[in-house]
Amino acid sequence: MNWIFEPWPWYISGPMIAFIMFLLIMFGKSFGMSSNLRTLCAICGAGKKTEFFKFDWKSQKWNLVVATGAIIGGFIGSHFLSNDLVVHINPETVSELNLLGFEGAGKEYLPTELFDNSVFGNIKSILILSVSGLLIGFGTRYASGCTSGHAISGLSNLQLPSLIAVIGFFIGGLVMVNFIFPLIF
Amino acid sequence: MARIFFYLLIGVLFGITMFKSEAASWFRIYEMFKFQSFHMYGIIGSALTLGIIIVQSIKRFRIKSFYKEDINFIPKTKGVTNYLIGGIIFGLGWALAGACPGPMFTLLGAGFSPILIVIFFSVIGTYLYGVLKDKLPH
Repeated sequence: MNWIFEPWPWYISGPMIAFIMFLLIMFGKSFGMSSNLRTLCAICGAGKKTEFFKFDWKSQKWNLVVATGAIIGGFIGSHFLSNDLVVHINPETVSELNLLGFEGAGKEYLPTELFDNSVFGNIKSILILSVSGLLIGFGTRYASGCTSGHAISGLSNLQLPSLIAVIGFFIGGLVMVNFIFPLIF
Repeated sequence: MARIFFYLLIGVLFGITMFKSEAASWFRIYEMFKFQSFHMYGIIGSALTLGIIIVQSIKRFRIKSFYKEDINFIPKTKGVTNYLIGGIIFGLGWALAGACPGPMFTLLGAGFSPILIVIFFSVIGTYLYGVLKDKLPH
């Protein structure tokens, strides 16, 4: 059982994700996490002003429960199923990130510069996290889905729109990492 | 109530998988977009390969849900512009935050509080889309 405390290799994780999608389909639901953001807008009363948020959000409660489970899963994974929280990325990636100013690359789970509690006092980090949130929220809804909804669910159902969306995901990601990162970090 | 419990359990399984697979790590997302590791491609690729087999089998053999109901896959509406532009915008955010909408929740549970900023603004971003929807090309 020691393997469970080690980082899970891709050939365990990928099939687990497929299994999770299978379970949701068998419960008559679908796998897609970004719809929760729309549901949260509706719960906050966005439907009063905007047509897009006028829907029966109570029918989406099940997905909020899945998201709540994902929070609990994160807690269990980090507190009970991990010996250390180090992500062993490619040494080449580590030296690149060191040059960009990410000193913890190869030694931590998330970069201190963006995810340590001290960033609440750092305007630049707060700005970066805020902008990324805006892009994620706006982009997923514009594209009608995120990684789970398009790259896993949509492509599994051989949907061309999902392929277009996933190509978009990668264009955006590649532009960000290769062209915008050197400007902001 | 039993159903709610199962959804919670599925979510927990998902959260643990996201955390333990390191798909919730900013570093893994950076590494993926730099093509410096097979890890993320292995995860997405194997999930997708099995996913295609699962979905196509359910369709072909008309497998019923756990509640003995028909399973319907709703086809995505046709289009290019919204999927491409929306996808690019999401990709920019995905790489910057190193998290997509699933792992965001996982990281919150793992105790990385600054992810709350990302979650909060992703709700704002979704709201902005809803407001601007009719003015955007689709």
